[in-house]
Formats: sequence, C-alpha cells, structure tokens
Amino acid sequence: MDKTQNNKAWFLVLPVLVVVAFSAVLPLMTVVNYAMNDTFGNNQFFWVGLEWFEEMVTSDRLHDALGRQILFSAIILAIQVPLGIFIALNMPKKGFWASLCLVLMSLPLLIPFNVVGTIWQIFGRVDIGLLGHTLAALGFDYNYTNDAFDAWATLIVMDVWHWTSLVALLCYAGLQSIPQAYYQAAKIDQASRWAVFRYIELPKMQGVLLIAILLRFMDSFMIYTEPFVVTGGGPGNATTFLSIDLVKMAIGQFDLGPAAAFSLMYFLVILLVSWVFFTVMTNLDRREGK
Amino acid sequence: MAQITLKNLAHSYYPNPTKDADFALKEMDHVWEDGGAYALLGSSGCGKTTLLNLISGLLRPSQGRVLFGDTDVTDNATAERNIAQVFQFPVVYDTMTVRDNLAFPLRNRGMDAAYITARVQQIAAMIGMEDRLNFKARGLTADAKQKISLGRGMVREDVNAILFDEPLTVIDPHMKWELRTQLKSLHREFGHTMIYVTHDQTEALTFADKVVVMYDGRVVQMGTPEELFETPQHTFVGYFIGSPGMNFLDAKVDGSRAQVGGAVVELGASYAQVAGRTQIGIRPEYATLTTGQGLPMQITRVEDVGRHRLVRVQVADQEISVIAPEGAPLGADLTHVQFDAARINVYADDWRVAPERGGAA
Repeated sequence: MDKTQNNKAWFLVLPVLVVVAFSAVLPLMTVVNYAMNDTFGNNQFFWVGLEWFEEMVTSDRLHDALGRQILFSAIILAIQVPLGIFIALNMPKKGFWASLCLVLMSLPLLIPFNVVGTIWQIFGRVDIGLLGHTLAALGFDYNYTNDAFDAWATLIVMDVWHWTSLVALLCYAGLQSIPQAYYQAAKIDQASRWAVFRYIELPKMQGVLLIAILLRFMDSFMIYTEPFVVTGGGPGNATTFLSIDLVKMAIGQFDLGPAAAFSLMYFLVILLVSWVFFTVMTNLDRREGK
Repeated sequence: MAQITLKNLAHSYYPNPTKDADFALKEMDHVWEDGGAYALLGSSGCGKTTLLNLISGLLRPSQGRVLFGDTDVTDNATAERNIAQVFQFPVVYDTMTVRDNLAFPLRNRGMDAAYITARVQQIAAMIGMEDRLNFKARGLTADAKQKISLGRGMVREDVNAILFDEPLTVIDPHMKWELRTQLKSLHREFGHTMIYVTHDQTEALTFADKVVVMYDGRVVQMGTPEELFETPQHTFVGYFIGSPGMNFLDAKVDGSRAQVGGAVVELGASYAQVAGRTQIGIRPEYATLTTGQGLPMQITRVEDVGRHRLVRVQVADQEISVIAPEGAPLGADLTHVQFDAARINVYADDWRVAPERGGAA
C-alpha cells in the first residue's frame, strides 16, 4: 500500500511537544544540570561531573531513607491489598447498601492529602486527640511524637484508612464483571469457597489488582504530605522517607547538587518499577488474547 | 440416577408475585423419567432456563417441590443434588490447564487420583481434546472452551441428571452435529437423564426421545417428535415445530364440518360444541393445490427452497403456506386448495380440541 506523505501533520503534534517541553522536559533538564554542578550561590556553577551521584549512591543517609521507604511501601501493600480484596468480596453486590458502601468507601479518597495528615495529626494527639487520648486513658503508652514505633503505626494506619478504599473499589469493579454463570458452574462442580476465590475471582481480578498494586506502590513510594504533616519525619529520622529527606536536603540545606542527583535516582527507581509492572501487565493481556 | 418429579412447581423473580404474569414459570406438574433424553424447546424468554436452574438448585422455587426419586431436594443446595449443568456460554477456569478443568469436579468430590486420570483421558478423547490436555484453558477458542464445559458436565458418572442450556450456541455448525451425535451416543451408553434446552427445533428433534415445548412459562406439550408434528396441543407448538409452521384458519366448527369464509371444509372427525376463538390447523405438507376441489384461493408468492416449493396462498382473506412438490407445474388453472381431512386439527382459544370420535386422537 502506498503511504501518503504529508509532513504537515507534524505541526499538529507541535502544541503537545511545547507543553510537554515546558512542563516536563525543561524542568527535568534543569535538575540534570544541578546534579552535574556545584554552586556557592551568586548563580556561579562549577562542573563536577558524576561526583554527586557517587556521593549519593554511597550515602548512608540515602540508604537509610530508602530502607525506610521500601519497608513502608511493603507494609502498606501487605495490608491494603489483602484487606481491599477482603472488603470487595464482602461488599453487597447491588441495591441500596451497595450504593451506600460505594459512597462511604470513596470518602477517604476525596480528602486532600494535607487534610488527611491534619486529621490524623490531631486524632492521634494524646492531649486533645480522640485516638491518642483514648489509648492513653486505656493505659497504653502511646505518643507518636517521641516513639518511633507509635509514629510508624500511626502513619501506616492512616495510609490504610486513606487508600484501602482504592484497592477495594478496583477489586469490586473486577468482581462485578464476572458473569453469574461462573459462580453457577462452580456450584455445579461442587467447588469450595476457597476454590471459587482461587480459580474464578482471583484470576478475573488479576488485571485490576495489578493496577491497584502499581498505583499503591507509586503513591506510597512518593509519599510526602501526610508524614510531613503528622510527624515531620520524626521522631529523629524514624519516619524520614525519601521525599521528605529530599525536600530537607534541597530546600532545608540548599544542597542543590546532591538533592538533584538524589531526585534523578529516585525518579529512575520509580520508572524502573513501573516499567516492570507495565511489562507484566501487557504480557498478561497477550496471554489472555491468544 | 433418579426420576425427577416437579410438583406444583412455579417460580417468580418478584418477591411477592400476585398475578399470573409475575411468574416466569407458571405452576406445573411434570415428571422426567429416569434415563430419558429430553429436549426443552421454546422461544427465548419462555422460562426454559428458569426451569433448568430450579432443577439444579441454582434457583429456589417460589412454590412447589422438586423430587429426585422419592427424596425431596427442594431445600438442598446445588452441590448436594449432584447434577451436572452446561451453560450457554463457555465457563472454564482460565488459569487451569484443560486437564485440571476436566478433573476439577472429580477432585472436589475427593475421587481417587488414578480414577481421575483415567476418566479425564476418556472424556478428553470424547470431546477430541486429548492433544491439548496440558494447555492453559485461557488461550483456547470459544468452541474449544465450550467443549471443555461439556466435558466437565459429563465427567462425573454418578450424576442424577445432566442439564444442557443451549450448549451449542457458540459452536460452529459442523462441530455442532458431531457433538450432538456424541451426546446422543453417550446417553445410550451411560443412560443419564439428560435435559437439553434449545430454541432450535432440529437440534431438539434429533437429540431427544421426548420433546417438551414451553410457551410463556408453561409446558404446553410433551411428546415424541411425531406427536408434536401431527397433533400439536397448542397453536404455538404447531407454529414452532415444522418449517414453515402449521397454518391456522379462523373457522366455525359444526360437527364434522368447518366453515372457512364462505366455503365448507370436511373434517376427519366430529366435534362437540366448540367455544371461544375457533381455528383449524393444517400442516403445509398436508395441503394440495387443485383445479377445483377445496377452498378457493389465490397464489401470492412462490419460494423455491430446494427440494420443494413453498407456495403462499390467500384463503378467505388469510394467508397460508402450501408445500408443492418440485417439478409440478403451478399453472393459472390452480384455483383451489384442498386439505387432507384426517390431518386437520381444531383449536379453541389456542388449545387443541379433541374430536368426539375417530380421527387422529
């Protein structure tokens, strides 16, 4: 077949290119520039090559933050995914209660991040917070501002409260799309409840579940606002996650070079993991389509 | 295996059915003999699937009882009833291999591993999938998946009945024929009670010993294919069975004669007083075009359908079909249509009226 050559079509892509250039490519290049230079103010820059990257790769501070970050993401994924599936399985399938559940479930998702942080910051306070005060009254030695474990627990419970709905809603949508005949066939085949979950529900939820895991991974790996509002990264550095550390370094200490190198590596990690997810998902689709 | 009895069975999808129209399945009494091959025939939405689901226990009836042999199973769950059912669209367990799919119902019943292996092999041979036993089910075509569904339905030997809910809808015509033949031979071999739902009369008539015709939530007739053809108990049966269906003409019946328009038709039998809307029914196969005997008519259309010709004619302002043998000339001298008197059925308000004496009862 003859292809029509019409290079004018490229002009139609131009607006997008301009927008993307200004919103993404240019800022990113500025960061690359910072990462390769050192500055002492006065807009004077000295070329340092890959030194900042070397320093950051071997930095204990970054290793610790990365460790905390991975631990945090792992914990919330380990809680939110099974819990979300469990909730989705037990939600009413239709009628008034189903609608009510859907509305209630989506409420936490509609609250802005800093408000979520503020809510829990106050909720957990021992002096005036309902949670903190109740726990203290019950005799628990709970104080998220000076106990690392309490701080972690508060952040994890908060994130579970904020985001489990997302996993549950996505799984619910996946479950709703399973034709009734599958459940009927399972009854005919005398399958156990576990077998129904394992061989019907889980495989049919696979696609949405992967999306849910990807979203929850990315969001939790980039989490900033809520821990910043609740604990400010403390006590000590106990809840200083990557993004909090990055902001401290860039805006608190004005170490623009190391912070830029840090953020580039941070970006690459997320890109890498997302790419792995994407590949897995498209492979699943292909198997489905064969 | 057992005889399946439906007692005063009725079902409505509304919580509080009040009028007749609320019922998807009107009250019925019915017995499915042990080991019978039944076809359940009817147009879409007439309650066929509802009836199947009531038998298998996927639905609980609004009223009435379901008995397997002498045991009342109305309150038993599907699993306890030990029934196999194959659905209209393929249902396979995507992540399992073909082999595991077939073995699944047996494993759930805790059968012995050696038996399972042998039985799966046997079923696989029957549905022609021996070479694909180790494939994942998700990658297969729709008709391969449906064959797995069929295989899963037949893999258990001790089931009380096997129910097929239009199982061959997604299968291509060539394969359809083959699978139907296999089902039939399977029935002869193992003697399971089989109920086969379809809206395709050819499928029903070739598969079953007894055909059950449903219309508007009711069983209107159960009989051999021949009975359905010769003496339809309801106009729907006459119209639904046969190609084209039975002709119905509004008539006044008096004794052994019927008045159609201005003309008189001799009936093969005599009838008592017939009340309600009265019609006579005659198969297109039993009508012949003549040059003078019978009812006056006008030919409106002729269709050549291969081995014979289908002639649409106008009789007393009503259109009927007549099957004319191939090759016979359809000249302008054909002005009348004659019916085989013994093959005429009389209907009052859509239900067949039995003749007083003689005739095809």
